[in-house]
Amino acid sequence: MSRRARLTLLWIGLAAFGVAMAIAFTGLPGFGGTFHPYRDLAVVATFAHATANGVSSINFDQRGFDTFGEETILFCAVVGVATLLRPVHRERRREVRSGGRVLESTSLLVYILFPLTLVLAADVVTHGAITPGGGFQGGVVLSTGIHLLYVGGRYTLLRRLRPLAWFEQGEALGVVLFGALGLAGAALGSALFANFVPQGQLSDFISAGTVPLFNIAVGMTVCSSVVILLAGFLDQALAIRSDPGTQGDPPDADSKEEAAA
Amino acid sequence: MSYYAYGVAAAVMALGLIGMATSRNLVHTVVCLSVAQSATYILLIAVGFQYGGVAPIFGNQVTQQTPVVDPVVQALTLTDIVVSAAVTSMLLALVIQMAKRRKAVDPDSLSGLEG
Amino acid sequence: MSSGFLTNALIAVSLTLVLVGAAVVVFTRPPSKQAVVLSVYGILLSIFFVTLQAPDVALSQVAIGTAVVPLIVVLSIRKIASIRDEARSEREGEQS
Repeated sequence: MSRRARLTLLWIGLAAFGVAMAIAFTGLPGFGGTFHPYRDLAVVATFAHATANGVSSINFDQRGFDTFGEETILFCAVVGVATLLRPVHRERRREVRSGGRVLESTSLLVYILFPLTLVLAADVVTHGAITPGGGFQGGVVLSTGIHLLYVGGRYTLLRRLRPLAWFEQGEALGVVLFGALGLAGAALGSALFANFVPQGQLSDFISAGTVPLFNIAVGMTVCSSVVILLAGFLDQALAIRSDPGTQGDPPDADSKEEAAA
Repeated sequence: MSYYAYGVAAAVMALGLIGMATSRNLVHTVVCLSVAQSATYILLIAVGFQYGGVAPIFGNQVTQQTPVVDPVVQALTLTDIVVSAAVTSMLLALVIQMAKRRKAVDPDSLSGLEG
Repeated sequence: MSSGFLTNALIAVSLTLVLVGAAVVVFTRPPSKQAVVLSVYGILLSIFFVTLQAPDVALSQVAIGTAVVPLIVVLSIRKIASIRDEARSEREGEQS
């Protein structure tokens, strides 16, 4: 498609999109109104299961099966990235020197922030049912904390502290745990992903039944996924180079023949 | 004000689409896609808002009768953000593969498909 | 009523910031600069989420939108630059 045709198509599409959105928005209840039927139902269900954090209750209790689907998307994306970014036979891994100039203050900041982030992540995951937070956020915070070491210029230390095999197993274990909790809901409770553990008192540390368990399972999966994703990209950017000795794949050979002719 | 938030969501989506269509670099295209996706967060959160509503974290101060903002759309947005990161990284991995095979990341130079 | 006006003003300002941020991200053409702008856009989005009483969403946006995704973008740019350098040096090697 030529550039001109593409731009024409874009403007036609944008005009249609604008009209469709204008029609849709005039039919929506006004911004900030009091009409929220799903909210009213969700709040009642949240209180019925003594979960203080409404968002966690919806994600892991009321629509647990959907969240399982979303976790599977994450899992598949990680498998896809790992497949696409694995070193192929024409590439070699070079040693990354952990030198480079890193400011002393940056290093110091990383050493202070690193343990703090780990503690914060653990707090976010375990208190996911009663304060803002949960498995998704805690998992990402934890993996970001681990990668602070890269900012501090310690790529080799990062590689040593991050045995990838553990995280690969951790990711699989998280998904399996999530599915097993769902099945346990079917076996011990009323339905798949039912909240079958006694829920206790609102805002207690041990409350909300299965929600904290789901939080831990999701936290494991999300943290391991992000670590594996970033490991793939870090390896590609820093350590993996194409091997000039064995270059000679078909497209190159073709172009050489053309040049000779 | 009543429709400003929805308008911003539509405008961000349009900006992302314009960026994708006029992009000359596949990394730029993927980033524009993630901007377009962020329009869905804005719309969802705006739909769930209520004036005077507080965050749906219940406790001593916030009881069942207190008006809260809609937690359903927040839960949708939360998972959407995590999934969008996974999709973005998947697409960037594809871009890296393309750069390795074709030595180019300009979408205009990738006219034909190859098996 | 003054608190209502204040809420409105706060929401309008953060929405405008998000809109401007999105425009800047889209129209920053060099990807290496775009990664930095994208991370600022992530912060603007999370401020918007906090303004609209969504702390859970803001927390995950801060971690993903300002840290993980820009880092992946930067690493991809670095990898693509190194692929280009290799291709260039290879071509020069053939010519000599």
